[in-house]
Amino acid sequence: MEISWYIVLSTALFCIGIAGVLTRRNAIIIFMCIELMLNSVNLLLVAFSKMHAATAAIRNLPSVVSDGQLFVFFIMVVAAAEVSVGLAIIVMMYRNTHSTDVSFLNRLKN
Amino acid sequence: MSNVLQISWWIPLLPLLGFLVIGLGRNRLPKQLSGVLGCGTVFLSFLLSVYVFVSVKGGNTHVAHYFNFIKIESLKIGFDLQLDQLSSIFLLIITGVGFLIHVYSTSYMHEELPAAFAKYFAYLNLFIFSMLLLVMGANYVIMFIGWEGVGLCSYLLIGYWFKNTNYNNAARKAFIMNRIGDLGFLLAVFWLITKMGTVDFHEVFANVSKLSVKDITGITLLLFVGAMGKSAQIPLYTWLPDAMAGPTPVSALIHAATMVTAGIYMIARSNILYTMAPVSQGVVAVVGLATAILAATIALKQNDIKKVLAYSTVSQLGYMFLGLGVGAYTGAVFHVMTHAFFKALLFLGAGSVIHAMSGEQDMRNMGGLKKQMGITHITVLLGCLAIAGMPPFSGFFSKDEILGAAFAKNPLLWGIGVLGAMMTAFYMFRLYAMTFLGKFRGTAEQEHHLHESPAAMTIPLILLAMLAVVGGWIGIPEQLMKGGHRLEAFLQPVFAQSDAITVRNEPAQSTAFMLMIVSVTLALLTLIFAWRKFSRYVKKDREETGLGKILANKWYVDEIYDAVIVKPFGIMAKYFNDVVEKKGIDGFVNGVGKAVNYSSRQVRLLQSGQVGVYVLLMVIGILVLFIVQLFL
Repeated sequence: MEISWYIVLSTALFCIGIAGVLTRRNAIIIFMCIELMLNSVNLLLVAFSKMHAATAAIRNLPSVVSDGQLFVFFIMVVAAAEVSVGLAIIVMMYRNTHSTDVSFLNRLKN
Repeated sequence: MSNVLQISWWIPLLPLLGFLVIGLGRNRLPKQLSGVLGCGTVFLSFLLSVYVFVSVKGGNTHVAHYFNFIKIESLKIGFDLQLDQLSSIFLLIITGVGFLIHVYSTSYMHEELPAAFAKYFAYLNLFIFSMLLLVMGANYVIMFIGWEGVGLCSYLLIGYWFKNTNYNNAARKAFIMNRIGDLGFLLAVFWLITKMGTVDFHEVFANVSKLSVKDITGITLLLFVGAMGKSAQIPLYTWLPDAMAGPTPVSALIHAATMVTAGIYMIARSNILYTMAPVSQGVVAVVGLATAILAATIALKQNDIKKVLAYSTVSQLGYMFLGLGVGAYTGAVFHVMTHAFFKALLFLGAGSVIHAMSGEQDMRNMGGLKKQMGITHITVLLGCLAIAGMPPFSGFFSKDEILGAAFAKNPLLWGIGVLGAMMTAFYMFRLYAMTFLGKFRGTAEQEHHLHESPAAMTIPLILLAMLAVVGGWIGIPEQLMKGGHRLEAFLQPVFAQSDAITVRNEPAQSTAFMLMIVSVTLALLTLIFAWRKFSRYVKKDREETGLGKILANKWYVDEIYDAVIVKPFGIMAKYFNDVVEKKGIDGFVNGVGKAVNYSSRQVRLLQSGQVGVYVLLMVIGILVLFIVQLFL
């Protein structure tokens, strides 16, 4: 499959993520959008990894097949850790403000 | 010889020590002690000067090198003191007259508080130190140190009564006028260093033939600018009459006997340079003569006793410059000496009168003081006769020598000079008659208070009067007595170089006699006229009119300077202050501050605390980077 399809797809996902982060005020949705951006990047990483493996096979270079895919697993692990921390913050926030609206966080400035 | 070397540096050092001790201890020293210290150091210097003089007279001249003052590559300026005929004469005048004036001051200033009294003597000693350094320096730089020092002391002493704003202004005027002259002196020194690489008198004078005439003329004219400032010549003379704001002994010491003759000393010292530059000589002679006449005309109509003497000093300095300009260096130095005697005497006499009149200086309120002030009266009379050039008093010999030399150069110079001498006789005897003859015109209270001054004041007067009478006898013209001009023989080595290249056309004996008789007769006639006119002086209230008014207002020179220089300068300074300084420089500095302040206030609004805005900006930033990366 052409690499450009992957690029278009992940760009589209990334833009949706950005649009979500910018426009929504619900913390959970913003969080989901961030995850979306993260995963669009993961997708691109895997796609490029696969492409490089193909070219390496043609040119008889040492194989780099699994590097990018392994890297994606690490990102997923870090993202899972991040989700747990992030959700914990959102829970605490909800307990304090009885809302998940991020504009309430303005009050931090005082 | 080595003996002289060892003691010569004590001559300036003693007054310096006196200055330090009195100046630092001014709050603790009792009056008597500071007076004794002040007089004592100068007296010791005087004794040493006499010793040096005797040694120099025996043919012992030398330059003593102490340490290198400035040493940059090939330029070497040493701290050198020179003892020769010229400087030893000046040493005697400065320390001798200086000592008498110190003694006089102990009595004149007795009403001052102890601290102020000590301050006065400290300044006076500092002045003596600077003046000695000036005449002992063996190069132009050391001379310049003394030159600046005396200017500083003059400023400090004119403004001694610093609580009076007018006196402060007079002090500032003197200082600024002197600075203008000093700049000329300094430029001449730089010029010398550029061309010759040395400022040492001996080396400069020995190698003078290596300089082009243009250089010599430039250097001598610039040096003369320095002399104009210090010795109060046109156009820088206006500070001297104002300098009378200082205590009278200061006027006698600084503004009559010593400091103002520094210019004459400097030119006499550089005589070979001037002899090599006829243009400069001409300028010196013309400026000197013009000053002599201008100041004499102003003195005719002054009513303040000290102002008359001040203008008379300016006028006599003009004569000295005339002498220098026509090549009569000995005559000029001779006149410096006799002038120091009789002018110090006249100032101290005036001080004695002012003391008796409880501070009154206006001659219109004096008169008839002959009865109460016998000693002052006689001594001032002798001083007046001396300055008027009556034989055999000292002024006659020195003035006659200058006029004789002027005649040899150009009879016109002589004619104008004699006119000035007549005016001198007139205003001096106007002063004498208005002060001592006729009836007393002051208030009854002043009349009651009239008294002869104490011994500390009259003894210096008597000594100076004796000098004013006999001081001229060391320079009796050759026409009158063979070998009578001992001063000329004594100073001959100093001026030998100049004498060798000038053609002296001494007037014939009969002509010289005629000139003498004519000038003395004319002066005598004006003297008698003034005596008769002003001994019957009655106080009038009406204003002067016509020429008299112009003279009484000093030819409006101060007003002209004010309008032409001071006012435009003030306007320019005000413009720079108001526009360039306040709007330009301050505006720029404040503008930078304001711009930073304003822009930061605007930028601050970006940080609103809205997380969404931050993210949006971040995205915009990334987009901008993308666009830059992709398209630029």
